[in-house]
Amino acid sequence: MDEPTLRKTVFDTLRRIAPEVTPADLEPAVPLRDQVDLDSMDWLNFLIALHEKLGVDIPESDYQKLVTLDDVMGYLKARCG
Amino acid sequence: MTRAAIIRKNAVALAPAPHLLDYAAERQRFSWDAVRSELGTMPGGGINIGWAAVDRHLGTPVRDHVAFRFLGRDAHRNALHNDSRRDITYAELARLTNRFANALRSLGVGRGDRVFLLASRIPELYIAALGALKNGSVLTPLFSAFGPEPIKTRMTIGACKVLITTEALYRRKVASIRAELPQLEHILLVGEGGARTSVPGTRDLATLMEAASDAFEAERMSTDDLALLHFTSGTTGTPKGAMHAHGAVVTHFATGRYALDLHPEDLFWCTADPGWVTGTSYGIIAPLLHGVTSLVDEADFDAERWYRLLQDEHVSVWYTAPTAVRMLMKAGPEVVKKYRFPELRFVASVGEPLNPEAVWWGAEVLGLPIHDNWWQTETGGIMIANTPAMDIKPGSMGRPLPGIDACIVRKTDAGFEEVIKADVEGELALRVGWPSMFRGYLNQEERYKKCFSGDYYLTGDLARRDADGYFWFVGRADDVIKSAGHLIGPFEVESALMEHPAVAEAGVIGKPDPMVGETVKAFVSLKAGYTANDELLMELLGHARKRLGAAVAPKEIAFLPSLPRTRSGKIMRRLLKARELGLPEGDTSTLEGGA
Repeated sequence: MDEPTLRKTVFDTLRRIAPEVTPADLEPAVPLRDQVDLDSMDWLNFLIALHEKLGVDIPESDYQKLVTLDDVMGYLKARCG
Repeated sequence: MTRAAIIRKNAVALAPAPHLLDYAAERQRFSWDAVRSELGTMPGGGINIGWAAVDRHLGTPVRDHVAFRFLGRDAHRNALHNDSRRDITYAELARLTNRFANALRSLGVGRGDRVFLLASRIPELYIAALGALKNGSVLTPLFSAFGPEPIKTRMTIGACKVLITTEALYRRKVASIRAELPQLEHILLVGEGGARTSVPGTRDLATLMEAASDAFEAERMSTDDLALLHFTSGTTGTPKGAMHAHGAVVTHFATGRYALDLHPEDLFWCTADPGWVTGTSYGIIAPLLHGVTSLVDEADFDAERWYRLLQDEHVSVWYTAPTAVRMLMKAGPEVVKKYRFPELRFVASVGEPLNPEAVWWGAEVLGLPIHDNWWQTETGGIMIANTPAMDIKPGSMGRPLPGIDACIVRKTDAGFEEVIKADVEGELALRVGWPSMFRGYLNQEERYKKCFSGDYYLTGDLARRDADGYFWFVGRADDVIKSAGHLIGPFEVESALMEHPAVAEAGVIGKPDPMVGETVKAFVSLKAGYTANDELLMELLGHARKRLGAAVAPKEIAFLPSLPRTRSGKIMRRLLKARELGLPEGDTSTLEGGA
């Protein structure tokens, strides 16, 4: 999957949970949860939805590595081939 | 390990010896007056929660003990990031809270004035809370995941005069509602990463603190003077501001001893956010009263991080919540395998009933069963608990603590009567008279009165008591939603949805969820001219989230052609819930035709 498609998938997934988000406003290097109101359940649902859409396994022990959009993109890119 | 119905305890083998060893004898011997004298009064008389928690220790060796260990979000991510770790001793905490109290005073903020806090678990939040109490001001911590609407509602009801928040939260959640808060005189900001702030119409907290003296004599309050205003949600109407007085400190002290079994050398971790009552009573006040060190982690839940903190910070007493326990269980055994918890000696949980599986999971994975306990915003402190020396019946909330008389009552024609027989369901009630009982709902005397019948406070929780005196939670007597241990009033959510031009009516229920207990689900019907489609669904969800914030907004919205109403026009949430769950609809005799 190319990067723009992957990015769009990540944003679309986020917007199913937090439709109020404007992707262009998000700073990719700032913790996502500082910019978007996501409680623990929202965050979990976001990661589960990414797993379902992309078929990428995200083990619980990796959750702490996923803080910013850059983290999420980098992690998925490395595993989406 | 066999999963028996009772987890037996060998109390004499526990070290240190539990404070509550002989349940019956301690209850017999107990008196609130004795605890009150043990805690003492301020030199020259009077009481103040801030003094009792901090200044009371200054003439003792506790003054050099660490009061709070703050971990910033980056702490523990890797070894290079240890700068976001900060220990504050009792003596230092006294000076810092004095500075804050002086800063408030320099702004003309004094006794009885309302001070609100809105921040994540940063040191400034804790310093401001205790400093405000010392100053005699009335403290309200708000949950930082609230959206602008719940913040505005609570600040308006509470007549907030001073708000302490961060620059980021101010910009995101307060700036847009500020003009609607005429009573709000001062906003004190904490900058990002310790930076100074210069936002028009606000003040920089660090600058104010620097200019303030670190000497301050805590205000002498009476046991009935207001100290804390905690908001909670009812089925109808606006949130209720439960008022607590400085005298409540006696309960905080006694329950820290009996229910959490705090001993001087403990490293205590209460995972609750001060935005909810647990995070104030037990995240700030009770551990300080006992002179122990509290761990405060700013970061959000993460399974691996939490295990690492339990291990590396040598946590000995841990107070957490069922949702967190279930999330740890879900993370699986692989994550926990790397960690050991030899120092951990007592684990307690509060917020919603802890399922027996979770109690057992603790025994098998942490090496300690988890002790459920029960209380509410209104009770101010833990009332019913499984304590260290007591056998646990997994699934039960435990037995009433010394000084607390609990019973099951049923409604009769004449009012309420106590149910003596065991295992009968009814409403859980407490005999009035414990020091942290709420003193009222702010400006809502009628709602307060309705909570009492004769000598009993009626909790609104349905429960039963077994033959051994253990209490078992059955359900809520009303429509209040309990999500991740926090009460959410359906009315508040419905009102926000109704503000959207497309919405004709809205009904909100708690949908059972294995992780968080209940999630908020909304049903809406649309005004003529609007079409139910995915785009509108997302618009409504975004609308609700922007106003309410993630903690209160619905997780799910569904369209209905119309909502079931009673003939008097009330939306029948009970029926929405029964339909959602595929349960029998029960008595529908009051249902208006057609829905």
